[in-house]
Amino acid sequence: MTRRTVIRDSLGVGIAVGAYGFAFGAASVSAGLSVVQTCLLSLFTFTGGTQFAVVGVIAGGGTVAAALASGLLLGSRNTLYAMRLAPLLRVRGVRRLVAALGTIDESTAMAVAQPEPELSRVAFWWTFAGVFTFWNLTTLLGALVGSVVDPPAIGLDAVVPAAFLALLAPRLRSGALEKRIALAGALIAAALIPVTPPGVPVLAACAALLLATDLRRSG
Amino acid sequence: MLWVLVLATIVGCYLLKLAGYLVPARVMDHPRIRHVVELLPVALLAALVVVEAIANGRHIELDGPRLAGFAVGAVAVWRRAPFLVVVVVAAATAALLRQV
Repeated sequence: MTRRTVIRDSLGVGIAVGAYGFAFGAASVSAGLSVVQTCLLSLFTFTGGTQFAVVGVIAGGGTVAAALASGLLLGSRNTLYAMRLAPLLRVRGVRRLVAALGTIDESTAMAVAQPEPELSRVAFWWTFAGVFTFWNLTTLLGALVGSVVDPPAIGLDAVVPAAFLALLAPRLRSGALEKRIALAGALIAAALIPVTPPGVPVLAACAALLLATDLRRSG
Repeated sequence: MLWVLVLATIVGCYLLKLAGYLVPARVMDHPRIRHVVELLPVALLAALVVVEAIANGRHIELDGPRLAGFAVGAVAVWRRAPFLVVVVVAAATAALLRQV
């Protein structure tokens, strides 16, 4: 692994997730957010799963509280990523504040995959730069297109669940426990759609952790 | 209210990220906390897949083109296709079916 191949791979990841940015931008404006609000979410929230969850709950008619709760719960994994990255990146001051923004699935995965800390730092910063650039450009593009085109007409309503599945897939491949929790979470959500306000089925799916695992034993 | 949501999401998500650089590493050494934080996204993402695929507000809505697009996207995910391919095939399938 040389510095050059790490940079190339990192930028490749950035370009790939740009396609999701387009879907997010269009989904967000069709949920009722303005183009400016949509772009601010991508610039400063900068964590795709959370952004899709928040606008998804709003699009479904859910409350602001339910949307925020889903988004923050989903964003809590970034705390874990940051703890894993802290000893690798060794950032202080302003660089730490910037590194925090860039702490997401892709930059963490690329950084921890490197054989030595120097390459981890290269992978983190270049993946962050690549994803940040493309995610925000495509968000703007998607928001502008979504403002004039009906998102279902270009199939974006099918993209959103497929996007969540793509985020879920690597976790499903990591073990049987993950599969059980995913199945339980999916069943809880499906059962609650007709009987609870929008947004609640997603939050209630957290109970899958209690159903599918014995956390007391592992503690 | 949407501005409240946007700003709260931005501040909350940023603080969640920053917290990981500030808290002592031993907090996450607790296996139960680590377990919950690692598994929470699995339950949430699975629920979001279902809700986005079959819900319309409080109703179950089995929309043919949406489900077909999702199914084709799911096959692409299963075949480990790149993100770009997943997005394009899901959108194209749903959009084309709505044209016929």
